[in-house]
Amino acid sequence: MTASLLLDMRDVSVTFDGFRAINSLSLALRPGEMRAIVGPNGAGKTTMMDIITGKTRPDTGTVRFQGHDLTRLDEPAIARLGIGRKFQKPTVFEALSVTENLLLSLKGVRSPFAVLMARMNAQERERIDHLLRLTRLEAVADQPAGGMSHGQKQWLEIGMLMGQEPELLLVDEPVAGMTDAETMATADLLREINRTRSVVVVEHDMDFVRALGVGVTVLHEGSVLAEGTLDAVSADPRVIEVYLGR
Amino acid sequence: MHRVRTTCLLAALWLGAMLLPGHGARADAFADLASPQLGAVTAAISTLAASPDPQAGAALQALGERSLFAAPDGNVYIRHGENYVEARTGQPAASVPEGMKPIRLNNRIRAALAGVQAGRDLLASQPATRLRAADALYARHDPAMLPAVEHALAVEKDAAVRTRLTEVRAATILGQPPAPDALASRLEAVRALGGVGGAQARGILAGVAASDAEAPAVRHEAQQAVSRIDWHLRAWGVAQNAFYGLSYGSVLLLAATGLAITFGVMGVINMAHGEMMMIGAYVTWMVQQAIRATVPALEPVAILVAIPVAFGVCGALGIVIERGLIRFLYGRPLETLLATWGLSLILQQAVRSIFGPTNIAVQTPGWLSGAVAVGGMDITLNRLAILVFAGLVLGGLMLVLRHTPLGLQMRAVTQNRRMAALMGIRTPRVDALAFGLGAGLAGLAGVAVSQIDNVSPNLGQSYIIDSFMVVVFGGVGNLWGTLAAALALGMGGKVLEPTIGAVSAKIAILVLVILYIQRHPRGMFPVRGRGVES
Amino acid sequence: MNPFSTHAPRSLRGVIWMAVAVVVAASCLAVASLLPEGNLLHASAFVVSLAGKYLSYAMLALAVDLVWGFAGILTLGHAAFFALGGYAMGMYLMREIGARGVYGNADLPDFMIFLSWKSLPWYWWGSEHFIWAAVLVVAVPGLLAGVFGWLAFRSRVSGVYLSIITQALTYALMLAFFQNGLGFGGNNGLTDFKDILGADLHAPHTRAVLLVVTGVLLAASLLAARFVVGGRFGNLLVAVRDAESRTRFLGYRPEQAKLLVWVFSAMIAGVGGALYVTQVGIINPGEFAPANSIESVIWVAVGGRGTLCGAVLGAILVNMGKTLFTAWLPEFWLYGLGLLFICTTLFLPNGLMGLWRHARKPPPEEVTPEVADTQGDEA
Repeated sequence: MTASLLLDMRDVSVTFDGFRAINSLSLALRPGEMRAIVGPNGAGKTTMMDIITGKTRPDTGTVRFQGHDLTRLDEPAIARLGIGRKFQKPTVFEALSVTENLLLSLKGVRSPFAVLMARMNAQERERIDHLLRLTRLEAVADQPAGGMSHGQKQWLEIGMLMGQEPELLLVDEPVAGMTDAETMATADLLREINRTRSVVVVEHDMDFVRALGVGVTVLHEGSVLAEGTLDAVSADPRVIEVYLGR
Repeated sequence: MHRVRTTCLLAALWLGAMLLPGHGARADAFADLASPQLGAVTAAISTLAASPDPQAGAALQALGERSLFAAPDGNVYIRHGENYVEARTGQPAASVPEGMKPIRLNNRIRAALAGVQAGRDLLASQPATRLRAADALYARHDPAMLPAVEHALAVEKDAAVRTRLTEVRAATILGQPPAPDALASRLEAVRALGGVGGAQARGILAGVAASDAEAPAVRHEAQQAVSRIDWHLRAWGVAQNAFYGLSYGSVLLLAATGLAITFGVMGVINMAHGEMMMIGAYVTWMVQQAIRATVPALEPVAILVAIPVAFGVCGALGIVIERGLIRFLYGRPLETLLATWGLSLILQQAVRSIFGPTNIAVQTPGWLSGAVAVGGMDITLNRLAILVFAGLVLGGLMLVLRHTPLGLQMRAVTQNRRMAALMGIRTPRVDALAFGLGAGLAGLAGVAVSQIDNVSPNLGQSYIIDSFMVVVFGGVGNLWGTLAAALALGMGGKVLEPTIGAVSAKIAILVLVILYIQRHPRGMFPVRGRGVES
Repeated sequence: MNPFSTHAPRSLRGVIWMAVAVVVAASCLAVASLLPEGNLLHASAFVVSLAGKYLSYAMLALAVDLVWGFAGILTLGHAAFFALGGYAMGMYLMREIGARGVYGNADLPDFMIFLSWKSLPWYWWGSEHFIWAAVLVVAVPGLLAGVFGWLAFRSRVSGVYLSIITQALTYALMLAFFQNGLGFGGNNGLTDFKDILGADLHAPHTRAVLLVVTGVLLAASLLAARFVVGGRFGNLLVAVRDAESRTRFLGYRPEQAKLLVWVFSAMIAGVGGALYVTQVGIINPGEFAPANSIESVIWVAVGGRGTLCGAVLGAILVNMGKTLFTAWLPEFWLYGLGLLFICTTLFLPNGLMGLWRHARKPPPEEVTPEVADTQGDEA
């Protein structure tokens, strides 16, 4: 059964200075699935992402990705396994040009000596051109990323994520601060991406989650409160209690 | 040439004295006081000291006061103002003989006289005087004084003096060459001395243990006593080093708390912190000079006046630096480091230009000078005072951080600057005040350091690297960490010092801290949790 | 953090120009020093050794710029690598003295005889061979940097913490080298050199050749540095400098990239130190003083952090200024240096190169400095 799962978190707990950020959380994701994670502030959404990507080491529990034990690996190793992460605040390399940003992200050379000797080849050129088109950044390809608008940086980061060719994408609040139109466009993009890759989206915006039309996991105080379709969990009295009954 | 002539003259005189008719018959102790032979003089002093003749005491006193004169006829006279009396009889001299010379007084004679004095004092009415006399004799262990010591021991009632006298007796006995019949007394003496301990007793006992003339039993006993004393001395040496370490740790604590506060609140390292200390030390000096010039009566407490003044001056200077320089570099900690380094060069050179490059003499008031002996270690009062002062400063600082609005705001900014700003805390004001507080604390450290170290424009540089080590070792935002790190580094250095030397100890400590930081990149007491990593 | 375009400063053309300029200038000065004394263009031995010193310092500046300008590691201890390279070369030069020392011992340097040592310590073995000395010049700083960097970067020591421990490192080395027992001449260091490779160190020809060699090695270091930071690796370093944790999520190990450039930088500094010793004629523990390291940082800041040419330019200009200043107004030099630190950080964050670039062509669009984002918690 485990073998058929892409990501399998079991009984994961982590404590910061006595505060239980994650409390025996279990989460399973099939290959090709897209899942939305919702929950109030402090529910442990970002910490969960930190655990999957190796930034935070859990105190107890197991995290498996395609059979690999992620709790024993650090961030670069996990990234190389094929887990990409997009942060809530767009983080691109501001002093580098858009092309250079994308080039660094491309799946391939990672060891420092290989990077030292690497020169861009035709295949890489092609992949970058493809990503530039996809993210509509062709016009600013040679400009420093630091000078771009917020929206352009978001798109560049998504482009970099695509360049990594990950099996699983972790996307943290992708539509925070977006207009309704941009939100819907982003939902379309994520569905597009989901055709070839698995995706976990953390999001507050229920309209956006509805637009994705995927399974929802509700986190509360570091553990799973409910799981199912958006309509099902919305009707769950415990979820209503958490979201409204305060 | 001159020297040769003097030597010949002395030789001639000596020969002449030997050939004088009736020399043996007239060889009384009084005349021997004027003898050119030191041995004869000291023997005469011992004889006179033991004599009941009141004139003997008068003569010895006159000798010590340089008012004893020798005439060419062999008689000695005591001068009273313009008049002379004959030392032997106490009769005024009928006529002052020609060619009288004062009897010379050198260190050996002085020591002999001191022994005599001590012998007399053994019978004085004050126990303190008797104890002092016993101490003097203990250092001399002159066999001639043995009867006096034994006599005193027989009549002594005071327990402390008795103990001391027993020791004196033991030291004196062991000071004499061993005789076969004295085995028991020597053994007893060795045991008595072993009980005393101390470097002096160890010296005597080691001599006994190494002496081939000594009986094996005595040597063995002495050897054991020596190793016992050695262990004792080593233990006290460790305690003494621990005190030095504690003292250096307290100085480091004073120097590092200010640095830790600015680092914690603002994330910047103030490379001019050492120069703030230096300025604090110069302020101390200026306050002393001003008080000496205006109200000399207050001079002993000038150092206390200097404490708030140095805090104020350095604190104000710190605020000026923050407002005029640091705030423009906000968010660029590494650039701040470079700019404050530049500032430190300017401050150093400015002080050098104004006060000169050499050390200035900051006075240590009488009530801070001297030392208290605790067992086998010396506690110097100035270091003790700094230890207490550092404790007070740390306590005061904790009170400020815990119980004042500024402290609350500073802690808030330390933990989450952005959140604090959103809560309505004016972070620029907190920055300025935190930097001022840090600089003011450096000023206090300067006052303390002025009491134990040379005050020169380079003063800051000798403390700054150690202070940095304390801050990075202790971790940010936790004064307990700073305290632990300061004491650990202070003690660590001094504990290693006796075995590997001062410089190697310093290197070892630096390397250890570097290695420690590699394992614990945020120090001993890191702030943990999500969002800490920057 | 302070984003600026990296295209112009890393341009190959600029670096080649600088390399050529350095070699040409050094060669011209070398030729001028060989002209007869009365000639108008004659350069004195003092000027030649001064120029050699500046160029050696320029290598140190280049090394500092590699790690600070590109990898964001503010080193306050790079003079340690410079001095280690200097000591490695100094050992060879000491052995070259041979029996011409004061004590006339062919095997032991004077200071060891003075300490009544009977034989060379093991780490002096082979120091009579120039080749071995040349190996040590790069290997010792490289090894120390490797061990230190491996420990530091692996455990993610960064920022101010890293700066402080680099300072502690050079301070500890200074204290160690001051000790006679270490076997490097204690206080006095290594000096009174006579020959290098059999050529008299005080002869004008030797000095001229040394100056040209220094120029050529500086040019070579410039080109090598350009190779390291010019391509994708340079981009990676800049990425690590500005957003280290982001590179981890891309699958890079920033500590390895940092270690590589750190060791390379230490080796360049070591070569600079070796060249310095041959031309200045002395190496002593004072070279390890933390103040020296910090001064080398300001050369880079003045020239332009993150620009290879700027580092070289800054080192030469600041040291020229120092020479002139200390000759005319010695007591004001520290004021000048202090102000240089403050003014550069306040008003000239991109150094002279930034100023020049700005004057030549104003940037097409103003880059918005996101100063408040340095906390950058992505959590």
